[in-house]
Amino acid sequence: MDMAVKTPSSPMQKVMDGLRAWARINSPWVIHYNSGSCNGCDIEILATLTPRYDLERFGVKLQGSPRHADVLIATGPVTRQSRERLLRIYEQMPDPKFVVAVGSCGLSGGVFHGCYNIVGSIDEVLPVSAYIPGCPPRPEAIIQGVVALLQSLKPQ
Amino acid sequence: MPTQEQNQKFIVPIGPQHPALKEPGHFEFTVDGEIVTAASVRLGYVHRGIEKGTEDRTWTQNVYLLERICGICSHVHVTAYVVAVEQLAKVQAPPRAEAIRTIVAELERIHSHMLWLGVAAHEGGFDSLFMYSWRDRETVMDILETISGNRVHYSANILGGVKFDIDDQKRDFILKGLEFLEERTNHYMKIVTTDETFLGRTRNIGTMTKEQAIELGAVGPTARASGVTIDIRDSAPYSAYKTFPVNVITDETGDLLARFVVRIKELLESYRLIREILDHMPEGELAARIPRRIPAGETIHRVEAPRGELFYYVKSGGGDKPERIKVRTPSLCNWSSVINFAVGHKLADMPMILAGIDPCFSCNDRLIKIRRANQSQVWTWEDLRLHGIEYYR
Repeated sequence: MDMAVKTPSSPMQKVMDGLRAWARINSPWVIHYNSGSCNGCDIEILATLTPRYDLERFGVKLQGSPRHADVLIATGPVTRQSRERLLRIYEQMPDPKFVVAVGSCGLSGGVFHGCYNIVGSIDEVLPVSAYIPGCPPRPEAIIQGVVALLQSLKPQ
Repeated sequence: MPTQEQNQKFIVPIGPQHPALKEPGHFEFTVDGEIVTAASVRLGYVHRGIEKGTEDRTWTQNVYLLERICGICSHVHVTAYVVAVEQLAKVQAPPRAEAIRTIVAELERIHSHMLWLGVAAHEGGFDSLFMYSWRDRETVMDILETISGNRVHYSANILGGVKFDIDDQKRDFILKGLEFLEERTNHYMKIVTTDETFLGRTRNIGTMTKEQAIELGAVGPTARASGVTIDIRDSAPYSAYKTFPVNVITDETGDLLARFVVRIKELLESYRLIREILDHMPEGELAARIPRRIPAGETIHRVEAPRGELFYYVKSGGGDKPERIKVRTPSLCNWSSVINFAVGHKLADMPMILAGIDPCFSCNDRLIKIRRANQSQVWTWEDLRLHGIEYYR
């Protein structure tokens, strides 16, 4: 996603952009939504926030409100009922925003592929920035996915 | 104007995306000031159509699909299914396989209850207990990973037996882990029953009497906390529970505190049971051969999931795919109790009361069809799919 702010570039603006990118990378706030997952990914996401793995050391904080969040971590295949919700949550998030799809189901529909109430993978509904495969992915994999996303945001 | 104000209702909507629970569910609490006067729940955000999906997959493929009904109690779902299919095929799993199934089921109960303890404490604003219990839960996750190779979906069961063995090395690892967990569980018992601030959030909150529990059809630890002696491991033993009986743990008070106490005592009971099975491991094969086509017939099987009674109905038409699989999960049975005893409590107690039944949305979001008199209708895969598309359009 384009990180640049669409304003005439001035030296001051450059400094401000750099500052904004620095702040965003060092303290991304995430929101978690389960759009039809079996819970396996959700408990692993929660496990990454607890003492053994501690994602908070990267400045990542789990937020309750989409309006405060930079990154949406979505798990599971998208069901017909939660599709609207997922879109609404995404639309409520302020720009720039990123989506991380966690788990095989989020990537492709996984084991539920072909069930009648499934729309499909998360990227059929939202633009996804990072994919974390696994059923469920280990907490280390989730951390690596989030860190890789943050690395990609660094100004070149 | 006072007359108008009296008619005004203030409804607090919560969800489906909300910070409290990690799963989507929508609740509406009608409040009068701070007191909840009515509650309603709207489920179905995670309805995926698994029961219909099973009819499109072979018996073996369904093992992996049904495991993913729920990520927390994945093993018991497959146990219920696999034992039902074995009943249809008239195959008996070897005793060692049944013992390993039971060990994994009890390890799963430990991981599920510790997870719940943390989440419920978090809902009560007691985040240090949340962090501590989740740290200690990693011990049982390590055990599960060591014996099965995966942290969450262990895939222990196959039709006719189990996939992996528990050798002496793994046995020692389990016993060492249990020792640590037992010490920590005793510590949690002390915290939950003596910490004044925590007792303020749990004592006399969401109380359900024994009569109410029976009337509302509560199951599992929620019912046992109200004094109902209902445990499938005890009343209809299956697998290794026939040879290694469990002690049913009940409490009389029926409030949130009782639900905490019952679940923590169940942890201690699970440690005892695993040690007993490991001491008397039957020798023998890990799996029996099972035909690819299951003979026609129908059967049921019940197991005790961490959240209560789990019921499976399996019907075979004689082919390599099932004709019908019906799942009745414990979380759905417990919802009516929450909605009933939420009334009269403060809005701030709602997260604790909701978490008190250990709700699992991915289990309970299933299609319920009310049967009308004189009207019978068979839904095909295509009908159901079209209905789903129309309904959610």
